[in-house]
Amino acid sequence: MTAPSSPSVLSIRKAVKRYGTVQALGGIELDIGEGEFLTLLGPSGSGKTTLLTAIAGFTGLDEGRLVLRGKDITDLPPDRRDFGMVFQGYALFPTMNVRNNIAFPLKVRKWKPADIQARVEECLALVQMEGFADRMPSQLSGGQQQRVALARALSFRPSVLLLDEPLSALDKKLRADLQWELKDLHRKLGVTFIYVTHDQDEALSMSDRIVILKDGLVQQIGEPGALYNAPRTTFVADFLGKSNFLDVEVEGFAGGRARCRAGGESFEVATEAPPAGGRGRVALRPERIRLAPPKGAAFEGAIRQTSYLGERCHVILDHPGFGQILVSCPTWKSGVVPEDGLPVSFDWDADACVFLEDA
Amino acid sequence: MAARAFADRHRYWLLILPALAAMLIFYVWPLIQIFAISFTEPTTGFGNYVELLSSRAIRTSFVITFRVAALTTVGCLLLGYVVAYAIYNTRARYVGLMLMLVLLPFWLSVLVRSFAWIVLLGRGGVVNDALIGLGLIDRPLALMHNEFGVLIAMVHVMLPYAVLPLMANMKGIDPSYVAAARGLGASELTAFRQVYLPQTLPGIFSAALLVFVISLGFYITPALLGGGRVLMISEYITYQIQEFLKWGLGTALSVALLVATAAVILAAARFVNLRKTLLERG
Repeated sequence: MTAPSSPSVLSIRKAVKRYGTVQALGGIELDIGEGEFLTLLGPSGSGKTTLLTAIAGFTGLDEGRLVLRGKDITDLPPDRRDFGMVFQGYALFPTMNVRNNIAFPLKVRKWKPADIQARVEECLALVQMEGFADRMPSQLSGGQQQRVALARALSFRPSVLLLDEPLSALDKKLRADLQWELKDLHRKLGVTFIYVTHDQDEALSMSDRIVILKDGLVQQIGEPGALYNAPRTTFVADFLGKSNFLDVEVEGFAGGRARCRAGGESFEVATEAPPAGGRGRVALRPERIRLAPPKGAAFEGAIRQTSYLGERCHVILDHPGFGQILVSCPTWKSGVVPEDGLPVSFDWDADACVFLEDA
Repeated sequence: MAARAFADRHRYWLLILPALAAMLIFYVWPLIQIFAISFTEPTTGFGNYVELLSSRAIRTSFVITFRVAALTTVGCLLLGYVVAYAIYNTRARYVGLMLMLVLLPFWLSVLVRSFAWIVLLGRGGVVNDALIGLGLIDRPLALMHNEFGVLIAMVHVMLPYAVLPLMANMKGIDPSYVAAARGLGASELTAFRQVYLPQTLPGIFSAALLVFVISLGFYITPALLGGGRVLMISEYITYQIQEFLKWGLGTALSVALLVATAAVILAAARFVNLRKTLLERG
């Protein structure tokens, strides 16, 4: 599903941005739905931050339009766009305490002092920072600063909240906690979130839809599950999770299954339509491969290397035809105890493989 | 072993001993002498200080000194702030050049710079000639040998002392704060006033302190551009000692200036962290 499921709040039309000869945005088309949690995901240099700063108004577009609820905002300065924004380094004003930081957007909007005070209290409660109103930002931990930055960006109830890698400076455990909180906040407030990250796990766990960017172009848009299970290109399959890639020859197609040959082995790939021309490339997720299947193993290989990760174990197999195959199996019930050099059989189901378009 | 410990403990003192000795002989000792002379010449007692407090001319000179120093400070802050701001908010490629232009006057003698102003501001100077030539005025304006001329040259000479601390301060301010303010709905002016300016207050304080304190004791520029009509206290002291050979009054005035300067610094210390401002700059 590439279109939002709710009416579009923000539309990006043919957004182009060049830095000298480098094309940072190559004509991005995107509709963001009302109340959606949309993630812009990509490696560094993919244009995700440029797109976010263009939406916020800090970066001017060379071509294209931005339309917010039917109103063209392309030429509006950042302060007239009414987006909330959370910056990568939080950017809490160091000369103001927590209360004044959160009140800042309200003060510049000329709210009445009583209303400001009520809203600040409300926002502090929202991010569970009630006791911290009089602290200075420098007296807060990273996670607390992050919460205040969120409260500040949300205090004036913007219709869209822009988040620029807000969790990247935090340690892993805190990041996981804040992911839950962000998701909860999004659900409670119904505000549209546009979230930039390079962290695929973050994108998968929080988003309604993910936009995968590379070299300033949209690679694929979709719900996390759809993207993960049906990547269209090698880049997407590789960037979102891990994948094995096999170049196959299609020998036949019947009943929604393509008969494929690769590396001297034959197997079936479930598909609605196999690639034209009889050649293609499939992506195969490591966790879809079974080691030492109980009945009738398809392929024989040998374990080259294993890596124990606690909940999972990553195994690199050597197969004479496929080359190296990465397998990820749960440690608590794998068919074998992985050990370097051990010969092992393996197979996968027909629906484990996905044909890619850029073979 | 004991000798070794002794050596360790005293090594640092030995290292600073030459500098310390120079300070004591050439700085502290003369200062004590000045202090002593002010109480002993021409007669022993508080005579010089009584004269200092009762003399109208001296009071006027002190007032002029503080007024010139204060106005110089204000001028330097206004101009210096703009310069420092421009240096950190223009394209990176010009930063080196702009820094050069700020530092260049530092390498030129104050004397040369002050004479340059005489060439510009004199009755037959460049500015008056140009204005007359353009037909804007009939007679030359009095641009120097008054407080106006002294101020212009003082601001020029002192400007780097304001720019440098302000620059050091602004260099540490992340541009994302102003961007955040804009993103949260503040206009350019509001973002500057409420977010940027407060963060530069330490720089403003240290620049003000530096310029004010140096200006209080400045001699060459006021002497040249004041033409004897704007008597700041340093020049007054010089007159007492060189022209009238009144060592007692001259030294008493020196002590008074020293005390006044110390008072300014102490007062400033209530608002500024002096150690941070003056020692950890840059």
